[in-house]
Amino acid sequence: MIFWLAAMTLCRRELVRFWRQKSRLLGVVASPFLFWLILSFGAGGEAPRFFFPGTLVLTVMFSAIFSTISIIEDRREGFLLSMLVSPAPRLSMVIGKILGSAVLAALQGIVLLVFAPLAGIVLTASIVAQAALVLFFVSFALSGLGFFIAWKFDSSQGYHAVMNLVLLPMWFVSGSIFAMESAHGVMRAVMTANPLTYANSALRRLLTPEAAAGEPELLLAIGVTAAFGAAMAVAAAWQARHDNARSFA
Amino acid sequence: MIVRVERLTHRYGERIALAEVSFSVGQGEIFGLLGPNGGGKSTLFRILSTLQAPNEGTATVAGFDVRQQPDEVRRRIGVVFQSQSLDKKLTVDENLVAQGHMYGLSGARLRERIALVAERLGLGQRRADIVETLSGGLRRRAEIAKGLLHEPQVLLMDEASTGLDPRARRELWEYVNELRTRDGLTVVLTSHILDEADRCDRLLLLHEGRVVGEGSPGELKARIGGDVVVLEAADTDSFATRIAQRFPVQPKTVDGEVRIEVPAGHRFISELFEAFPGEIQAISLHKPTLEDVFVRETGAPLC
Repeated sequence: MIFWLAAMTLCRRELVRFWRQKSRLLGVVASPFLFWLILSFGAGGEAPRFFFPGTLVLTVMFSAIFSTISIIEDRREGFLLSMLVSPAPRLSMVIGKILGSAVLAALQGIVLLVFAPLAGIVLTASIVAQAALVLFFVSFALSGLGFFIAWKFDSSQGYHAVMNLVLLPMWFVSGSIFAMESAHGVMRAVMTANPLTYANSALRRLLTPEAAAGEPELLLAIGVTAAFGAAMAVAAAWQARHDNARSFA
Repeated sequence: MIVRVERLTHRYGERIALAEVSFSVGQGEIFGLLGPNGGGKSTLFRILSTLQAPNEGTATVAGFDVRQQPDEVRRRIGVVFQSQSLDKKLTVDENLVAQGHMYGLSGARLRERIALVAERLGLGQRRADIVETLSGGLRRRAEIAKGLLHEPQVLLMDEASTGLDPRARRELWEYVNELRTRDGLTVVLTSHILDEADRCDRLLLLHEGRVVGEGSPGELKARIGGDVVVLEAADTDSFATRIAQRFPVQPKTVDGEVRIEVPAGHRFISELFEAFPGEIQAISLHKPTLEDVFVRETGAPLC
């Protein structure tokens, strides 16, 4: 019982905090949107449609980064510190934080999804529902990954380095800005191995199916994205537990 | 003895933070860990609050070992950190609800506890306020309310009055005393503020990871018989030597001043003036303070 109480309270905290700092919404949704506008108008033609799924993934990624980077400060001096001296299990902290961060990221992705008709994408209730599910899975995965990274660092500089060296490149090679079909053989292998590719593919199959040639099928893409989320949650939990073991060696 | 620490030793790499520290705290005591920054009190606080496992030695709270049974210890301690642990975007109530959930409290029982601790700490009217709109003193009280919510047997406070004005600090102490008297709460706190240390029942003086004194403030001060004379002169070191040659005292130079413990300070001062006319630039006399005790034991000032 203490497990879910603690996890849910932490999750709710994420949402309430966000609600009280609505300007964060602008930061997270506006910059990928602007990015999308630039690419669309710059490249013209089919670009607005082509770049839209990737823009959704980028929005979700930014949100997950913002939510999890706060862990670094929060557990050294802050709210998480008081959780570390409470009997609540570490795992409840991991789940609560990731869940809160994932819900926020997915909601922001959905906010952007509403603008899909601007890119000439036709939305139906079924498409929105399926896309929302994919957005939640990828949000959960990236929040888990963010937690995993944040727990390792004592300062946010380290996190920024990982963001630039790992997270953003991961997005670049997810089929968000160039199609898998046209990629070089080696790059195609990298893209196939990149779990983020499947999130992008799932959204592409739902929103811009004409540009999805050569990409994973919808069910496979959703399945891999969900598995990615589960794997990242386990990794984050292991990280937090591992850290505990280290300080209590 | 509700807190028992035996031969606790802790190192950060090469640096020794604690060296064979032992002490115990009885139920209902207000026990202070006094020492300069880097003296070891923060490490001791981290160990007692289960954030850090000691390298060697044992520490138990209510009979549970901090290393072997951290969760049992966690249920029995309330921790007030030096840094803010309240979420400043949440209200006082929201913070307390979250805190309660981490200890398995919920529903009517949690609401009762929140109402009670908020009332006790004078937060009754401010429960719906967002933390960042509160003054420093109110935030501290909310921190303590958080620490007390699950009815701990021991309250651990790390430099709890840092950043508080004298009035807020005085109020804080009134609350702490009240909790002790009414509920038999045991309080272990760290401090480097003399005034605060004087209010403790017993103190542990820490210097470079070692215990350099233990006892009530009165007992510790009684180690110094009589008065303390502090004076300034042109060349303090040589002046101290000359005083020692002339009088049966042991002057110490600390921070560019000469400190002398003497049984009857007023008489000694006039003798000093006669012995060294025109050499003393400033002189003062006071009853022993904990700072004097600290200087006597370590040769170093407290802060």
